[in-house]
Amino acid sequence: MGRFLLGRITGAGIVLLLKSFVIFALIGLMPGDPLDLMMNANPETTPEQMAHLRAMYGVDLPITQRYWTWLVAALQGDFGYSRIQHRPVLDIIIPALGNTLILTGAAFVLSTTLAVTLGTIAALKRGTWIDRIINLFAFAGISVPSFWLGLLMIYLFAVRLGWLPAGGMPRPEQGYGGMLAHLAMPVMTLVIVETGGLARYARAAMIEVLSQDYIRTARAKGLTDRRMLVRHALRNALIPVLTLVALQLGGLFSGAALTEAMFAWRGMGRLILEAILGNDYNLALVCLMFVTATILIANICADIAYTWLDPRISLGKRRR
Amino acid sequence: MSGSWRITSLRGGRGTASCTDDQRPFRVATALTEPLLVGRALTVDLGPAHDRTSVITGLDFSLAAGRTLGVVGESGCGKSMTALAIMGLAPSPHRIGGVLRFAGQDLLTMPQDRRRQLRGADMAMIFQEPMTALNPVVPVGVQIGEMLIVHDNASETAASRAAVALLERVGIADPARRASAYPHELSGGMRQRVMIAMAIACKPRLLIADEPTTALDVSVQAQILDLLLELQRDTGMAMVFISHNLGVVSAVADDIMVMYAGRAVETGPAQRVLTAPAHPYTAGLIATLPDIGRRQKILPVIEGSPVNPRNRPPGCAFAPRCPLVIAECRTGLPAMVIVSPGQEAACIRCTA
Ligand SMILES: Nc1ncnc2c1ncn2[C@@H]1O[C@H](COP(=O)(O)OP(=O)(O)O)[C@@H](O)[C@H]1O
Ligand code: SF4
Ligand SMILES: [Mg+2]
Repeated sequence: MGRFLLGRITGAGIVLLLKSFVIFALIGLMPGDPLDLMMNANPETTPEQMAHLRAMYGVDLPITQRYWTWLVAALQGDFGYSRIQHRPVLDIIIPALGNTLILTGAAFVLSTTLAVTLGTIAALKRGTWIDRIINLFAFAGISVPSFWLGLLMIYLFAVRLGWLPAGGMPRPEQGYGGMLAHLAMPVMTLVIVETGGLARYARAAMIEVLSQDYIRTARAKGLTDRRMLVRHALRNALIPVLTLVALQLGGLFSGAALTEAMFAWRGMGRLILEAILGNDYNLALVCLMFVTATILIANICADIAYTWLDPRISLGKRRR
Repeated sequence: MSGSWRITSLRGGRGTASCTDDQRPFRVATALTEPLLVGRALTVDLGPAHDRTSVITGLDFSLAAGRTLGVVGESGCGKSMTALAIMGLAPSPHRIGGVLRFAGQDLLTMPQDRRRQLRGADMAMIFQEPMTALNPVVPVGVQIGEMLIVHDNASETAASRAAVALLERVGIADPARRASAYPHELSGGMRQRVMIAMAIACKPRLLIADEPTTALDVSVQAQILDLLLELQRDTGMAMVFISHNLGVVSAVADDIMVMYAGRAVETGPAQRVLTAPAHPYTAGLIATLPDIGRRQKILPVIEGSPVNPRNRPPGCAFAPRCPLVIAECRTGLPAMVIVSPGQEAACIRCTA
C-alpha cells in the first residue's frame, strides 16, 4: 500500500511537471508578451528602451531557460505575482480553490448518491412505470443545457419567489445558512446535469450484477432482498460506476466553470477565465497547475477506493 | 469431459438415516407418513403469459430423508430448472403447476417470506461453477457466516467462528486464514468446498447439488463426491444430485430419474436402472459410458441431438433418435409403466 502510494504520487508529480511545461509553452505562444502589454499604455517607448527592458526581464531568453527560472522559483514556493491584481498568485488561488472544492464536492457527493440510488431502483423495477419515469428524468438531465437551467432557476427562485440569492458569495457573518442559500442553485444545476448519465450507467451496472450467479446464490441462501442488495449487489455494481466517476473527475471542474460564471461563484473556473481574458499569464498558469494537481489527487483517491471495493485488483502487492 | 467414471459403488439398499434433531423454532414439522420431498405432475412454464414455454412437464418424484435422488439427462433437458423450481428460484416470469411438497408443507402455496426462510435453512443448493457462484468481493468466511446471521440470529463474531469450523469440516486446511480469503484466491476444488460449507451451515434437511463436480478437475471430482457422501452420512440430509454424467450419478444415487426434454423417461432404484435399463434412452446413456458393456474403439454417443422442450414432437420425444422406434411411437405420448418393482419407464415398447 505504502509503495503503491509512493509510486502513484511520483507519477502524479511527473505528470504535473510535464504539464507545467506544456502550459508554459502554450501561454508563450499567445500573441504579445508581458512587456508589449505593459508598454501599450506608453506609446513614447523607443525600440531601444524595449530591447533593454526585454533583456532586463529576461523575456528575450529561450523558452526553456525562462521555464527553468520559473520552475526553480515555483519549487521554492514562489509562484510569482498576478499582473492585474498585484498580489502573490497563491493568495488569490487558495480561496478560489476552496470555493470550487466546496461547490464541486457538494455536487459530486449529491449527484453520485442520487445516481446510484435512482439507478438501483430503476434496475430493481426494470420495465415498470417507475423505471420509465427515472429514465425520463435522466434523459431530461442529460439533454438540458446548464446555462438555460441556471437562468431558469435564477428567474424562479431568485426573481419570482425571492427564496434564494441570485448569485455571488455569502458574507462571513451569514454563517452556514448563508453558505447553503448561496450554494443551493449552483449545486442543483451541477447535480441535475451530472446525475442523468451516471444514473443510467448505474442502472445498467446493477442489472448486470443482478443477473450474476452469486446473486442467485444469495437468493438460494434465503437472504432478504434488502441484505442481498446491500451486501452483495451494491458493492459489485459500484465498481464500474466508480470507474466512470474517476474518468469524469476532470469534467467536473470544467463543468463547474460555466456554473461558477453564471452564479458569480468566486471559484477557479471564473479565476482562470478572468486571468486568460486579462492576459494575466502567471495567474492563469498557476491556476491551471492547481486544477491539474487537484484532479491528479482525486484520481489517486479513486484508485484507492477502487482497490478497496474490488479485492481482485491488487495495489501492486497482494492484499493479504 | 470426465470420462473416467465407472459404476463401481452402487449404494442401493442403504437404510434411512435418522435426521439430526434441531431446536430451531421455525423448523417445519415432518409428517411421518410422507417423504421429505414430493413432486406430483410438476410443471414449469417460463416466460410471460402470452409467450409461455413449457420446460418441465408432469414430473413425479419423491425423496426420503437420508436418501439421494440422482437426476440425469443431457444438457437442456430441464435438470437445473427442476432444482430451481424446488428451491423457489425459477426465473421470473414463470408458472409452476402440480404439487410440490417439502416436509409435509405445500411449497407452491406457501407465503413468499416463509419460502425464503426455508431456503438456506432447510433446503440448500450448490451450483456447477463455484467461481461465479461466490461473490467475488466478499471474503468466503463472511459468505458462510452470513447463513447463521440470517437464519439463526447469530452475532457477527459467532458467525465468523462458525465459518472457520465449517471450513474445517469440509476439509480446508488452515481454515482460520482461508476464511478471510476471497474466492479468486482459492482453487476450484476449495471454492466448491466453500459452497458446500455454506450450504450445510444451517444443517439443511435437503441438499440440491446441481452438477457440483462438472467444472472441476477429474482428481478433485472424487474428493468432492466423497465429501458430500460423508456429510450426508453424518447429518442424514436428503440429496438431489444432478449430473449430465450417468457415471457420476451412479456413484452417489439411491434412486435415479432419467430426464429427456422436460419429462422423466425412466425412474427407479439406481441398481435396477443401471443394470437393467428399460428405456432406450437410458440404455443409450449407459452405452456411452466408458468401461461399461462391450469395449469399443470409438466412444459411442447417442445419435442426433436432444430436442428443445420448446418444440417437442407429438408422441415420444425420443423418437427421432431412438433405435427401436416404430410408427406408433410418433402418435401417442408413452405413459409411465411399471417395469419392475419400483422401476418405471415411458416407452411403448417396454413391457414388464
Ligand atoms: N430463463 C429461461 N427462460 C426460458 N427458457 C429457459 C431459461 N433458462 C433455461 N431455459 C430452457 O429450459 C430448458 C431446461 O434448462 P435447464 O434446466 O437449465 O437444463 P439442464 O440443467 O438440464 O441442462 C432448456 O431448454 C432451456 O433452454
Ligand atoms: S416410445 Fe418408441 S421412440 Fe420412444 S423410446 Fe420407446 S421405442 Fe423409442
Ligand atoms: Mg443445468
